[in-house]
Amino acid sequence: MSPQAPLPPPSAAEAPDVAAPRTASGPVLSVQDLSVSYWGGAGPARAVDQVNLELAPGEFVAVVGESGCGKSTLLFSIAKLLTPPAEVTGGQVVFGGQNMVAMTDKQLRAVRWRGMSVVMQSAMNALNPVASVRAQFADAMKAHGERRKDVVLARSEEVLRMVGIDPVHLSSYPHQLSGGMRQRVMIAMALLFSPELILMDEPTSALDVVAQRSLMVQVKQLQAQLGFAIIFVTHDMSLVSHFSDRVVVMYAGQVVEQSPTRPLFDGPMHPYAQGLLEAFPSVYGPRVPLLGIPGNPPDLAQLPQGCNFNPRCPRATDRCRAESPRLVELGDRRVRCLLYEPGGTDGAKP
Amino acid sequence: MSGADGAVPATSGPLLATRGLTRHFRIGGLRGHTLHAVDGLDLTIAEREIVALVGESGSGKSTVARLLAMVYRPTSGEIVFRGQSVSSFKRRRDLLGYRSQVPMVFQDPFSSLNPAHTIGYHMERGLKLHRPELDREGRRSEAERVLQLAGLVPPSAVLAKYPFELSGGQRQRVGFAQALSFKPKLVLADEPVSMLDVSIRIGLLNVMTSLRDDQHVSLLYITHDIASARYVSDRVLVMYAGHLVEHGPTDEVLHQPLHPYTRLLLSAVPDPRAELKVTSSDLGEPPRVVGPGEGCRFRWRCPLAQDVCGRVTPRLQEATPGHAAACHVTVPGPAAGAAPAAQGARLPGDA
Repeated sequence: MSPQAPLPPPSAAEAPDVAAPRTASGPVLSVQDLSVSYWGGAGPARAVDQVNLELAPGEFVAVVGESGCGKSTLLFSIAKLLTPPAEVTGGQVVFGGQNMVAMTDKQLRAVRWRGMSVVMQSAMNALNPVASVRAQFADAMKAHGERRKDVVLARSEEVLRMVGIDPVHLSSYPHQLSGGMRQRVMIAMALLFSPELILMDEPTSALDVVAQRSLMVQVKQLQAQLGFAIIFVTHDMSLVSHFSDRVVVMYAGQVVEQSPTRPLFDGPMHPYAQGLLEAFPSVYGPRVPLLGIPGNPPDLAQLPQGCNFNPRCPRATDRCRAESPRLVELGDRRVRCLLYEPGGTDGAKP
Repeated sequence: MSGADGAVPATSGPLLATRGLTRHFRIGGLRGHTLHAVDGLDLTIAEREIVALVGESGSGKSTVARLLAMVYRPTSGEIVFRGQSVSSFKRRRDLLGYRSQVPMVFQDPFSSLNPAHTIGYHMERGLKLHRPELDREGRRSEAERVLQLAGLVPPSAVLAKYPFELSGGQRQRVGFAQALSFKPKLVLADEPVSMLDVSIRIGLLNVMTSLRDDQHVSLLYITHDIASARYVSDRVLVMYAGHLVEHGPTDEVLHQPLHPYTRLLLSAVPDPRAELKVTSSDLGEPPRVVGPGEGCRFRWRCPLAQDVCGRVTPRLQEATPGHAAACHVTVPGPAAGAAPAAQGARLPGDA
């Protein structure tokens, strides 16, 4: 479908040298025990704490959590976009058979955009305000090796059409586009090289509900059509409820629950996931006062004793204040809560 | 209180009303087009009432807030605050008085506070300007009082903090505390929670209802999130392309939406408990407001559009007392659009 000579996907370019035997159904991305710390005055703040995540080709995984839970840091570390004081302190990110963490800038250049692209949160800031859409598309393609003008133009028009924008907007400047259109332009840009994986960092948070909904539907359609995998980071859990295959709930740098989407929304297991779900005012249900989740996320440099969530947890017991829970596997779900560990919290089962 | 306040007798009418409020912008250089941001808007806000103004990007809702805050001057129409036309205010003292009674809370708590100054400084500045009668001590105790009301405890510790030491939700509470310190009658809150985490939003929404219930302040809550509008508001106004297309008591509008646009908004709210029904083809594209001409501005996106929608701009028609919509199809009026004068006779909110 791409007018340019399609490059072989990076995954096929080299035989796998580390881990993850790549078969046709092998994971497109494998995050193993990844830890990221921010070095600050108060000591290291562990924003990502031994996260494991595997992504099958064409899978849509949502990472949800509050500000400061490490979800964006996780995304940035996968894309290797971290800048000091953030640093990967352990683990690896295997993409296309290569460990991203150890890559040099030159190696990264071959992977970025072609293998994996990123859609940033604020399209207003991510797009250059003084360059037209055409110039920015051309710039991105040039930087990654495509210089033929006719190819660049044809591909730019093609990706814009894919996201439902009239190609006349190639000569538009970002300020002439609506928020929804800017976000679509960003997604179009991410599609320029038909990557295998697109990382999205709250791409809809600046949009209103209708545009948000339509963007999600469109992303889903594009995914069905082009088959790329998505990691979608958001604080709005309800947003992904109809679109993701799997949801990863993060709290204070850790995965606290990981589950196929539907079961999670039908019955969240971790008290934090339960709280997140209950923070949405309902449009049709009874008008009841809601509390949200009281308190604030913890300071990552000074985590509480025991479970990270215990100061805000309505069900915390003494054991929660003393002991850090493990990520327990329960069928196709995983949950990090003592309620689900042997012994529970004084035998109280949810 | 301010000088203007003394001059304005409290009336039994609405706290604030607009009549035919219109704001156009000239755009596009030489060829020159007119962008109709707000057209002929009639709204009323009563005392102790939270009114939600709902619409998507480009519907003109923020322009309404800026008009009410006197950031923009209306192209035509007027704003009547406690019985007095705001456009008649010429002296700085009157304007200042109005602004202290109708302060605004901004959308972005990350850029609305100066990172180089403490919260105390921000509070102090507003108080110096709007509450000249207070001395240093008075300002401090007033700042502590309003911070407490906004849910920031302990207030004395918060005053010494810098914006970076506060979370987004806390910063937005500072925004509400600032507005509250002016002894306002009406707080204009332009998407006050849209930048915040979902889990934090509820806390802010609860602050808004407590302002109404305990401080007797009215609020204009501007949002695109109809679920949160329902959570806090007494009445809902739905705007599309500069027009008010529906208004009424919150539950009535949400449970019996009359305008197709309101229905679209409702269908777009993600409900994690429901099955995904529609894969709507609606792109959520912004309304056409540049030289819109006659006719319903929603017709290009409307599933119910008919011929008449392209010819005649629908007027607001009451379906039930207090609940009105502007749609030829769902609320066919006796003489749809035939009598432009009819609009003046049906002031929104005349329940």
